[in-house]
Amino acid sequence: MLKFPIYLDYSATTPVDPRVAAKMIPWLTEHFGNPASRSHAYGWEAEEAVEDARAQVAALVNADAKEIIWTSGATESNNLAIKGAAHFYQGKGKHVITLKTEHKAVLDTVRELEREGFEASYLDVKEDGLVDLEVLKAAIRPDTILVSIMFVNNEVGVVQPIAEIGALCREKGVIFHVDAAQATGKVDIDLDTLKVDLISFSAHKTYGPKGIGALYVRRKPRVRLEAQMHGGGHERGMRSGTLATHQIVGMGEAFRLAREEMASENARVRSLRDKLLNGLTDIEATFVNGDLEQRVPHNLNISFAYVEGESLIMAIKDIAVSSGSACTSASLEPSYVLRALGRNDELAHSSIRFSIGRFTTEEEIDFTIDLLHKKIGKLRELSPLWEMYKDGIDLDTVQWAAH
Amino acid sequence: MSFIPVYLDWNATTPLDPLVREAMLPWLGGAEAARESMGGSVRFGNASSRHEYGRQARAAIDAARARVAEAVGAHSTEVIFTSGGSEANNLFLKGTAGCLKPGMVAVSAIEHPCVREPARQLRRTGWDLKEIAVDRDGVIDAQDWQQALRARPTLVSVMLANNETGVVQDVVRLAGEARAAGAWFHTDAVQALGKIELDFRALGVNAMTLSAHKIGGPLGAGALVVDKRVELAPLIAGGGQERGLRSGTENVSAIVGFGVACEQAVARRATESQRLTMLREQIEAGLVALGAVVFSRAAQRLPNTVFFAFDHIDGETLVGKLDRAGFACASGSACSSAQPEPSHTLLAMGVDAVVARGAVRVSLGRTTTAEEVERFADGLARVLEELRKLASIGA
Repeated sequence: MLKFPIYLDYSATTPVDPRVAAKMIPWLTEHFGNPASRSHAYGWEAEEAVEDARAQVAALVNADAKEIIWTSGATESNNLAIKGAAHFYQGKGKHVITLKTEHKAVLDTVRELEREGFEASYLDVKEDGLVDLEVLKAAIRPDTILVSIMFVNNEVGVVQPIAEIGALCREKGVIFHVDAAQATGKVDIDLDTLKVDLISFSAHKTYGPKGIGALYVRRKPRVRLEAQMHGGGHERGMRSGTLATHQIVGMGEAFRLAREEMASENARVRSLRDKLLNGLTDIEATFVNGDLEQRVPHNLNISFAYVEGESLIMAIKDIAVSSGSACTSASLEPSYVLRALGRNDELAHSSIRFSIGRFTTEEEIDFTIDLLHKKIGKLRELSPLWEMYKDGIDLDTVQWAAH
Repeated sequence: MSFIPVYLDWNATTPLDPLVREAMLPWLGGAEAARESMGGSVRFGNASSRHEYGRQARAAIDAARARVAEAVGAHSTEVIFTSGGSEANNLFLKGTAGCLKPGMVAVSAIEHPCVREPARQLRRTGWDLKEIAVDRDGVIDAQDWQQALRARPTLVSVMLANNETGVVQDVVRLAGEARAAGAWFHTDAVQALGKIELDFRALGVNAMTLSAHKIGGPLGAGALVVDKRVELAPLIAGGGQERGLRSGTENVSAIVGFGVACEQAVARRATESQRLTMLREQIEAGLVALGAVVFSRAAQRLPNTVFFAFDHIDGETLVGKLDRAGFACASGSACSSAQPEPSHTLLAMGVDAVVARGAVRVSLGRTTTAEEVERFADGLARVLEELRKLASIGA
C-alpha cells in the first residue's frame, strides 16, 4: 500500500530509524540527568551514555573518540571548523579555498571570513561536479591556511576525491576541512588513512535526530581551533553548552547502524536508484546532473528539458522531492550548484533531486517513474518550446524578437 | 541505577514533563515503525523543504514559537530558537557586538560562564569589560552599578535569577536605568522561567535568554527573545534559518517540546511557586537547626533553590555522602562542577573561600514531594552526624 506523498527527499532529512528512537526515548524519561552533573548518578549515567555514543560515532569513521566534538549539527560544525581554524591559524596566513558547489553553511562562513579580512578562492568544478586537482593545486598559495571541500555534494551526490585532496593539503601544510553531512552511511570514511584534519557530521541525514552533529578534530598531527561558543567549558573548551543526551545517544545509535548496515543498504538503494535512472532517462531530452560513477548510490539529479521547474514540482505533488537543497528551496533562484556544473538557467530550473533511502520501496520507485512519464508528457504538450524542439529547431540559435 | 535517588538538582536539568514528551514523540519516530509512518502520525520533515513533510515541520515550529512568545509576553517574531541557553547568551553578546563599535560591556560578577566568557572574549576585539559587583546577599551592588552606568556601557547583561543562590535581581529597575544610560540590556532568564512571573515587556529588557531543559522541556533547545531594534550578527552562518540569525536545520522535536514546556511551566507557575516555597522553607528551617549557613537568605530568591554550607564540612564530600544516601544534589552549577574551585558566585559575594568550599545546592521541582523533603531532612541529619564524627576524630 502506497502512502502519499512518497518521500524521496532523504538528502534533506531522514526519518529517525525506529531502532534509534527506541534508544533515545529512555533518555527522555527516567534517565534525564545533565551529563555535566558530577555529584550524582543521574549525571554519571548520562555522561556514560554520551561517551558510548562518542565511541560509536568515532567507530564509523575509524577515529579516536577523543577526536569527536559534539555540536548542534553540521552547520555549526562547519562554522566551528572554518572560523575556528582560520582564527587560530591567521598568524600563518589569510587565504582560504573552497568550492562554488559547497553547502551554504560553508560558503556563508567563508564569506564571513572575507568580511573579517581573510581572502577566499571559490573554485569552479568540472562539468561532472568534481574538483579538478590541478586547479586546486594551482590555487594553493604560500599564505593558504585552510581548504574546505565537501565529501558528497548535497544536490548532485558526487563524491569528491578526498584522499587525493588530503594528500595534497598535507604536503602543502594546509588544514583540510571536509563537510561530510551527506557522506556518512553512504561512503567509507577511514580517518586513519584519509589526511583530513577536520570533518563535519550530521545525525539527521543518517536516520538520527535533528539538532545534533559532530566535528572531528584530528589529534595526530594536532589541529587547533578557536572556540566559537564560550561558557562552561564543555567539550574540552571547544564547544560550551549542556549536552543533549537523548540526541547524542540517537546519533551514536544511528552511526552504529550505518556502520553495520551500510554495505547491504547501499546495494539495495543503488538498485532502486538505477531502476529510477533507467526509468526516467527513458524520457526524451533528460539530462543527469553530476558524475554517475563518483556518486553516492541514493542520489539522482535530473534535468527535464522544456518543462518549467515550478510547474513540474506542482504536477508531481504525490512525491516529495526537491528542486535543490532544502535550505535554498524557498528561493526561486536556480540552483547555484547546477549553474556551477555549467547547466544554463532553464535546465537548472527544470531539475529535480530524487534521494532514496532506507524506507523506500520498489513500488514507490515504479509509481514515481510512471508519474513522471505522465506528467512530463502533459507539461510538454503545453510547451511551445517543446513543439519547436520537436520540429527540429535548435533553440540555442533562435534569435528572439524584442517586443 | 539500582534504586531511584531523590532528585534535588532541578537547577541543573529537569525531567521531561509527560505532556512535553507526548508532543515530541511524533517528531522522534515514536514507537511506530517509520515504514508505516509515511503520511501517518510520525513527522520528520526538514522545515525548509517545500513539500508536505517540510510544511508540517514548519507549521510545528511556528506553533511552538507562538507558545514560547505567549508564555513570556513577547511577539513571535522576537523569538530566535537556538540549541540552548549557552548559545542564546553567546548570540546576544557576540551578535550585538558584531554590529557595534567597540565600547564597554558590563556584566554582573555572578553571571553564568556562558555570559561571562563571551563578555571576556569581547575584550579581544577592543571592548572594555566591567564586572559589576554584588553585595553580601548576592544582589547587584548599588554603588558599583551606578559606577558602571557612569562609564556609559553599550551592552549590559544581568541575570534575572542566579543558578546557585537563586537570588532574583530587580531587573525592571536595572533595565530601565541601563537603557536610559543608552545601553542594550540583556537578561539571562534561564533559571527564572516558570519559577517567577516573567514578562518580556514588563521587564523592559531588550533581550532575554530562555532554555527548555530547565522547565521540563528537552535538552537541545533554547531561545533568545530579542527586541527588533537590536541589530544582531549571526554566530552560525549558512542556510539562513531563524531570519538569518541562526542557520542550521531546525531541531523540530526539541522546539515542539520547548513550546509545550513553556506553556505548562507558566500555567502552573503560581501554584507551584507557592508549593515549592513552603517545601524550601521546611528544608531551610531544618538546615538552620543543624547549624547551616543559608546563602542569600535575606534576598529575594527563587522559590525552589537553597544554597547552604556547614562549617568544616567540605561540600563535595557532603554531596557525595548525600548521593550514596539517595539524594541527588549539587555542590554548585553543573557546568563547573568538574572544577574544584569554589563557587564564583559566593566569592563575588565576599564569602570566605573556606566557607564557599562547603557549599551545597538543593533545588526542587514539579515532582518534588513533601515526603521527599522530609526524607532529605532526615538523611541530611544522619550524614552530617557521621561527617562531624569523622571530623572530630581527624581534629
